[in-house]
Amino acid sequence: MRKTIGLTGDGAAAEAMRQIDPDVVAAYPITPQTEIVERFAEFVAEGSVHTELVTVESEHSAMSACCGSSAAGARTITCTSSQGLALMHEMLYIAAGNRLPIVLINVNRTLSAPINIHNDQSDSLGSRDAGWIQLYCEGAQEVYDTVIQAVRIAEDRSVMLPVMVCLDGFVVSHNVEPINVLDDQEVKDFVGEFRPVINLLDTENPISMGNLTLPEYFFEHKYAQAYALEQSKPVIAKVDKEFGEKFGRSYGIIEAYRMDDAEIAIVTLGSMVGTARVVADDLRQQGIKAGVLKIRCYRPFPIDEVAEALKGVKAAAVMEKALSPGAPGPAVFSDVLGALYHKGVHVNLISYVAGLGGRDVPAKSIRRVYEHLQKIAASGKVDRILNYLDLRGWQ
Amino acid sequence: MTVQINDAIRKLDKKSFPAWYEIPLGGTLVAEGSTDYHTGSWRTKRPIWNAEECSHCMICWMYCPETAIKVENGKVVGIDTNLCKGCGICANECPREKAMTMAPGGEY
Amino acid sequence: MASLKELSQREILFTGGHRLCAGCPAPIVVKQVLLAAPHAPIVVNPTCCLEISSAVFPYTAWKVPYYHNAFENAAAVASGIDAAITALRRRGKLDENKKFSVIAIGGDGGTYDIGFQALSGMLERGHRVLYVCYDNGAYMNTGIQRSGATPYGAWTTTSHVGDAQKGKQQHRKDLAWIAAAHGAYVANASLHNWRDLMRKVEKALNYDGPSFINVQAPCPRGWRFPEDKTVEIARLGTECCFYPLYEVEDRGRKWVINYVPRNKIPVTEYLKPQGRFAHFFQKGNEYLIEEFQAEVDRRWEHLQRLAKMSEDL
Repeated sequence: MRKTIGLTGDGAAAEAMRQIDPDVVAAYPITPQTEIVERFAEFVAEGSVHTELVTVESEHSAMSACCGSSAAGARTITCTSSQGLALMHEMLYIAAGNRLPIVLINVNRTLSAPINIHNDQSDSLGSRDAGWIQLYCEGAQEVYDTVIQAVRIAEDRSVMLPVMVCLDGFVVSHNVEPINVLDDQEVKDFVGEFRPVINLLDTENPISMGNLTLPEYFFEHKYAQAYALEQSKPVIAKVDKEFGEKFGRSYGIIEAYRMDDAEIAIVTLGSMVGTARVVADDLRQQGIKAGVLKIRCYRPFPIDEVAEALKGVKAAAVMEKALSPGAPGPAVFSDVLGALYHKGVHVNLISYVAGLGGRDVPAKSIRRVYEHLQKIAASGKVDRILNYLDLRGWQ
Repeated sequence: MTVQINDAIRKLDKKSFPAWYEIPLGGTLVAEGSTDYHTGSWRTKRPIWNAEECSHCMICWMYCPETAIKVENGKVVGIDTNLCKGCGICANECPREKAMTMAPGGEY
Repeated sequence: MASLKELSQREILFTGGHRLCAGCPAPIVVKQVLLAAPHAPIVVNPTCCLEISSAVFPYTAWKVPYYHNAFENAAAVASGIDAAITALRRRGKLDENKKFSVIAIGGDGGTYDIGFQALSGMLERGHRVLYVCYDNGAYMNTGIQRSGATPYGAWTTTSHVGDAQKGKQQHRKDLAWIAAAHGAYVANASLHNWRDLMRKVEKALNYDGPSFINVQAPCPRGWRFPEDKTVEIARLGTECCFYPLYEVEDRGRKWVINYVPRNKIPVTEYLKPQGRFAHFFQKGNEYLIEEFQAEVDRRWEHLQRLAKMSEDL
């Protein structure tokens, strides 16, 4: 029976995991992800899941054990944050290169140093080239829905890649929202049974995986993997659409919010989307044509959809919670710029890095970004491309 | 571009260089052994097996790193020259003086 | 235990055509381990000589399910496979009677050093995995660098012999003892004694818990001896008690010495044929031999004490 209950983002992720009832979960506690493993460990203790929970001694071993169990034909989920994702970094590439459909829930938290347990997106944005599908959630309901969708996407025969579901630490992970929880059977039916292609336990048909691959073959291997990631976009859209048809909620690859006639737009991902919507609504009431472009699927990057949505916009700002020191611009900004170039779309595009290390990104600050965009739209000139929101001493 | 992607794990034609879409899923191979990859050319010395002296104790078989001691029905029948790298462990460990000896040169 | 004649009629599930050096000990260890495995083997291999030489796309020497993931995580990957077996069996997705022998096989670098944490975690959590270390006492894959398993005084490419320093300055880590402290089934074995090694492998894989077997594996390239002497050097290592054969049962409490040399030979007989110890025999370096011998004696005596204490168990 469907029901609406109050859950945090972490709680929503754990609830989705309970209903998916994966074969193996290998995870290690780290703030602000801890609540997920704690909740899941309760499910294990009370016997409401069949899962084998491997309480590993590090995130490094978490991802390693996930690779082992997934390669052995078990549906496998893990979750982490920040330093934990960094410690997994090596095996993120291996999981993707081995084409293992693991689902990882990453509760976005900044990376040391200095040490800080709070939210930004440095961790997962820093892993953007690992070959994983990355989906960013705006709120706890989306977390719940996306974790369920992720299993289907990862295991799709034409995808066979790991999926990372990202939610902002504390902002989403620790705030209670009313969550519509599906019936256990509905989730079970939606995710279906895992039919592995790679299976070490099939000892009658032994396979050799993780082989040394030298220059004569390596490039082809990696391109095949990259191609699979590029081609996963229609599967992500299809699974989301099917979810919407069955359960009434879908999110799209991107969401163009009030973008139809928008002259200025903020492009962002994660929890900042919600705040930007509120500000855009306010501005609309004042007759300002403001829109929000939410990037839900960050890898593969929705080149066509982003370029199409920004076509006709006079000025846009990409807001993200991560720096890319020494780069021409931060990661998401550079990707949006690349998408526009791909499609020959010209937009006056600027970057705003915001909210590092958990600094709040309130509506009034986002309003200032829109004001900046209004100036650019009016003058047709970009005064400054790289901007830092609420950074003391920066003018 | 539409191509037929290989998403299965199947035996490969090892002599050809596959295009990217022919690479098996994750580069995973059928675990079928590699006796078709010949390392015999590595030899600089070669074992000489003397059938008449051999007691078929199988010590050489146990210690050969290359699975190059050919055995049939519990008896040594020869050396797989495609695989033998000529290390000489067989001759060194052979309890009989003349059953397995090493000769210079890798060619048979 | 089957006789050699019987064993030789079984298929070896690791074939030739691999690209390990002539005289390499690793395939000898693998052969004995696979022959002894009582159930369907699944092999996990960290990055090491064995891995980069046995599974070179599009060739693979393996005829059993084989997985290489990374250098430092074989024990964790194997833990995951064990968890998958447990989970799938619980769900009824595996035949109840089907049993697996999950075996991780790695070199000492990937076991003593970089893979140490994952190994400890695997043993502590009690996975039904046998971890076999083919212990050649250095990072041979990258070109003979010192590891935690390198013996005292040995030359390696990161513990050179010069005026200021004579090889490795420290004694080797005794990993089997550390593994035993986890309460696992632990054994020290050597490839020259196949019967002892195979008995231990079979025992480990029938044991309802984690196990660790350290196997002496002399490396011709790294130890600087002729490639036909691999088995012979191993024999000397055991005869001088540098590499004693023993096992630890009863969750780390019962120590049993499996082989006591009739005449314990001096370490010089083991050191002399190996180029990595050549400087031990130069004038003025006699202290190296003395210190090496003293440490071997210390450990051997301690092992005997433990075995004696265990006699009543």
